[in-house]
Amino acid sequence: MSIISVRNLVVEYGGRRVLDGLNLDVEAGETMVLLGGSGAGKSTLLRNLLGLERPQSGSVVIKGVDITRCSPAELNRLRRSIGVSFQDAALFNSLTVEDNVALALREHTSLAPSIIELDVWLKLAAVGLADCGKLYPQELSGGMRKRASVARALALDPEILVFDEPSAGLDPIVAAELDDLILFSKRVFQMTVVVVTHELASAFRIADRIAMLYNGAFLAVGTRDEIRASQNPHIRQFLDRVPDNIATTRVVESFMENYVLSSEVTP
Amino acid sequence: MAKFIESVGRDTLKRLDYVGGLSIGLWGAVRALRATLPVVGNRYRWKASIIQMLQIGVEAIPMVGLMAMCCGFILAMQGASELRRIGAMSLTIDLVAIGFTREIGPLLTAIAVSGRSGSAFSAEIGSMVVTEEIDTLRVMALDPIEFVVAPKMLAALITIPCLTVVCNVCGIFAGWIFMFFSTHLGLKLYVHEVLESLVLRDVVSGLIKSIAFAAIIVVVGCLEGFRVRGGPEAVGRSTTAAVVKSTFLVIVADMFFTAIFYFTGKH
Repeated sequence: MSIISVRNLVVEYGGRRVLDGLNLDVEAGETMVLLGGSGAGKSTLLRNLLGLERPQSGSVVIKGVDITRCSPAELNRLRRSIGVSFQDAALFNSLTVEDNVALALREHTSLAPSIIELDVWLKLAAVGLADCGKLYPQELSGGMRKRASVARALALDPEILVFDEPSAGLDPIVAAELDDLILFSKRVFQMTVVVVTHELASAFRIADRIAMLYNGAFLAVGTRDEIRASQNPHIRQFLDRVPDNIATTRVVESFMENYVLSSEVTP
Repeated sequence: MAKFIESVGRDTLKRLDYVGGLSIGLWGAVRALRATLPVVGNRYRWKASIIQMLQIGVEAIPMVGLMAMCCGFILAMQGASELRRIGAMSLTIDLVAIGFTREIGPLLTAIAVSGRSGSAFSAEIGSMVVTEEIDTLRVMALDPIEFVVAPKMLAALITIPCLTVVCNVCGIFAGWIFMFFSTHLGLKLYVHEVLESLVLRDVVSGLIKSIAFAAIIVVVGCLEGFRVRGGPEAVGRSTTAAVVKSTFLVIVADMFFTAIFYFTGKH
């Protein structure tokens, strides 16, 4: 049974269609990678999956609740079963790392402080930051901040873990460590994982299935091998890293020619 | 002509949208105030409110006190230079006492707090928007209004009237310094004259104004922060806008309150 089900999702900004009737099913326990280039609509889709935006039409059903139509209280109840790690970690800079992780536990549970402390330590240990609890986010490196944000996302033992560009801005070694962490978290905590990324290496390492997004629509949804074998020209261009012809000599020459001509006509 | 009407219409809608945002922000903050109260509320919000009280109130005492003393001195000198000519030098005391409690105290405090804390609110929330911390709060099922705005609102509603009292005392004290050096008036007699000239209504009207100013400064500062879109330069713009708009609205509100107290008072 699908834990996340997106149906005919349409999102427009100022009349411009950013997501064009998307349909997607994410099965419980799988790792779904939303892959796509810049401007493909990945972040918009993510924001809609998290209920941070309301779409023009369509539905996003998570655990049987349509988050585009449910009440704020229902949405908040649902959000407690979703952990999110944002692109820039988004740790609260005024709180220590352990306070960042403990925040959701303090706010949403009635656990004793000693139990919360233990739980926080366990989550930090799971991401390899057991000794960094007393540090502030600004004292951590980029990779450590990302790992701390994963620990915070794991705080309430969510059923769904969402990552926004986990490898962005990280060197290949740290990015690979983070991929391992995602696989480890999924295995240990038995979660459904949704990852938004444009990093091919990362996507093919962690995904059970990949949804390839292009200009607000899915070109293909399938396993790693299916996507790898796809002959769709846009998917091939993305996988083979073929640039668009925006900077060829011919294009630049034609642009300059048009510019000179228009300057001559207009005094 | 059509373009002119279109631009007037667009500007009007923009202003109405802003006023709507302020009203919704105020209502949201007032509704969330309960969560910041000790015993009945959330202890973490109360703790945050205490920190805000220190930042908005206690840390502003030297600045507000010094500004009030300067203004008290100026008001006494300007008043005395005119009143001396008609032989009513003693009325300088009434001028300073009534002028501060009714008008200058609340206004000066509000302008100082708007510059110090209004800009800080907007910068803090704006940075949180840019770094996705506000989105993080929402996906953690925490209400950003309750988490970020309500402690500031409670702190401002308590500390700004207190700061106004400090401002009044400092301003009136500066008036005595002037009177001492110009007429050798003793402090005891000066205080007696001040108490003679004031009625409870003067003090209460000033405090009512200061409560309204507190709400304006918090709501405008926070709204400007929440409206930040883009990068760090947008945060800079929002802090400027927060100070300019809150100062403007404080002066407009002051005019309305003064008119209400004037027309409902005894003449």
